[in-house]
Amino acid sequence: MTPSAPPAAVPLPPPRAKFEARNVHVHYGASHALKAVSIDIPDRTVTAFIGPSGCGKSTFLRCLNRMNDTIAIARVTGTIRLDGEDIHAPAVDPVLLRARVGMVFQKPNPFPKSIYDNVAYGPRIHGLARGRAELDAIVERALRRAALWNEVRDRLAAPGTGLSGGQQQRLCIARAVATSPEVLLMDEPCSALDPIATAQVEELIDELRSQFAVVIVTHSMHQAARVSQKTAFFHMGELVEHGDTDQIFTIPRDPRTESYISGKIG
Amino acid sequence: MTTAAFALLLLATVGACLVNRRAALAIRGRGARLHSLAGFHGAYAGLLVAVPTAVLVLLWLLLEGPVIDRLVLAGLPGAALAGLDAGGRDLVLAEIHQLALGHRFGTPAPHALEAAARLVRLREAAGLLLLLAVLATAATLAFLARARVRADFRARPRAERIIAGLMVFASAVAVLTTLGIVASLVVETGRFFALVPWTDFLFGTRWEPQIAIRADQIAGAGAFGVLPVFLGTLVVTAVALAVAVPVGLFAAIYLAEFASPAGRRRMKPVLEILAGVPTVVYGFFAILTVAPALRDLGALTGLAVAPNTALAAGIVMGVMLVPFISSFADDALAAVPRALRDGALALGATRAEAVTGVLVPAALPGIMGGILLAVSRAVGETMIVVMAAGLIARMTVNPLDSVTTVTVQIVSLLVGDTAFDSPKTLAAFALGMLLFAVTLALNVLALAIVRRYREAYD
Repeated sequence: MTPSAPPAAVPLPPPRAKFEARNVHVHYGASHALKAVSIDIPDRTVTAFIGPSGCGKSTFLRCLNRMNDTIAIARVTGTIRLDGEDIHAPAVDPVLLRARVGMVFQKPNPFPKSIYDNVAYGPRIHGLARGRAELDAIVERALRRAALWNEVRDRLAAPGTGLSGGQQQRLCIARAVATSPEVLLMDEPCSALDPIATAQVEELIDELRSQFAVVIVTHSMHQAARVSQKTAFFHMGELVEHGDTDQIFTIPRDPRTESYISGKIG
Repeated sequence: MTTAAFALLLLATVGACLVNRRAALAIRGRGARLHSLAGFHGAYAGLLVAVPTAVLVLLWLLLEGPVIDRLVLAGLPGAALAGLDAGGRDLVLAEIHQLALGHRFGTPAPHALEAAARLVRLREAAGLLLLLAVLATAATLAFLARARVRADFRARPRAERIIAGLMVFASAVAVLTTLGIVASLVVETGRFFALVPWTDFLFGTRWEPQIAIRADQIAGAGAFGVLPVFLGTLVVTAVALAVAVPVGLFAAIYLAEFASPAGRRRMKPVLEILAGVPTVVYGFFAILTVAPALRDLGALTGLAVAPNTALAAGIVMGVMLVPFISSFADDALAAVPRALRDGALALGATRAEAVTGVLVPAALPGIMGGILLAVSRAVGETMIVVMAAGLIARMTVNPLDSVTTVTVQIVSLLVGDTAFDSPKTLAAFALGMLLFAVTLALNVLALAIVRRYREAYD
């Protein structure tokens, strides 16, 4: 990984900012979890948030689909624009925002329903399908995109909780993809998975980049280096620096970034 | 004397415990490594003394009375008991017991006075003997325990084995009591079915059990068809559930998902107070408030409302059941992992969609458990229906009519004259058996449903 050997994905499409965050602060009760974060997140690109535990990276991720609204003590200030539109504007319904900005969690959390119903859940609540055949097609497309179709095509009625950990996480990705979001947020999606399942999910993330803006929070710097084109480093609630992944991992500008990626802090 | 025996038992236990603990500490003090902590040596000694001695005292107290009575009777002159049956003998014995307590009625026979004096002497002797027996047993066991204190003595496993034995005994008491109750139900029900054919009982449509017990009573010929009674229980239960399930479930969903933490803190205890209201108080409420209100409502709308309606009893019973259902459902909803809630919300579900589509289905085993528990309670509930439902069994499913329930009939059969050779009294056992069978079946069904659901989705 040297600056002279950029990853195969280059040339990047001209990055148009999907999300623009300006001066975002988050307070959980008395604690100031996120301080003055400003960043542009490009479309059709994988952006990795890295940093030690408690640095605010997941907190910021949860700002992007207003999941912090569901925590009573959380208070978010600052501006976040999705395609130029303020997501905190009174006219914006967080429920519809979350349909545009999908999310995959750290621990696979399939619903206690069949595989089919798990994937069909989003399309059903948003009324995306007219009739069973259309819903079948959406479910199949989502499962194919999540590289899970071939493994579950014969047992769509089986419970989603009966799948292996890696399959469950891909099911959750399929579930998020099924509502045709524009952005996919992933909060440490591989931390509960074994190396083989991790490799499958990483490969999947690389493919998803062709359709979505993907934002992934990860503990693993290797994973950030493998899957992302942009990287943002958080430390103690601050966004220390962000930029092209190659640059962050080879010539970090901030000494804190350098200590983190060389394993001295975190 | 009994108190003294128990005091001695306690003293011996504590003494043995302290002595062995000290002995074990002394061994450790000399530099040896103990297999078990000194405390376990003490506990072993205490248990070894206490358990057998306590068993001895309890058995003694159980057997003392009958043995002394037999001795007293045997000492009576043959003429005093000549020609008496068991009942007559009991009367003689009772007189002697009264004399021993100093109560005289008329002029007692000299042999009775003599027997009373003998009874007193025998009791004193038995008390002393008990004390001696306790002393001997406890001392023997304490010495035995003391002799075993050595560095390599495995006091901990042995003490734990004795404690495990006590736990087995405790659970055996619970199980055996249940078996005893079931056995007595089965036997008495068998006697009932010897008098009334079981087909008449299960499939009969008339329930007129108040038959004559003595020859001089005037009463009906009797009919023991359980169907109308059981139907009454079903109607009341159905009304109760129709009230309790929606109210309880919605209350639980509100508390678990929508209430602010402060509101939840205040509302939950209030709801749980409902579970602590004695059923008699619910009974007042049913006859004094709900039933008149229903009657007035019936008068306004032109419906014929009986004074003791299934509806009044059912509504009040439903209110009683609300906290059962809501607290089970609330716990089940609170136990659904936050990850599932977040997962649904992150897909753009509204909170209501998350509740109906994900959380309630995930919590369904717990919710079903609460509902079936409520059904069992409703079927077996007695006080509210005794006060608010009627006594006459009718084949009706109209909740505005007066009905009676299985529990009400059991109460009315066992109140007043009873005779355990009359079908009237024995019918109570058959009803109890039926109630037991239905409740058991419901519980088994509940377990089966919950288990099946769990297997499918966990």
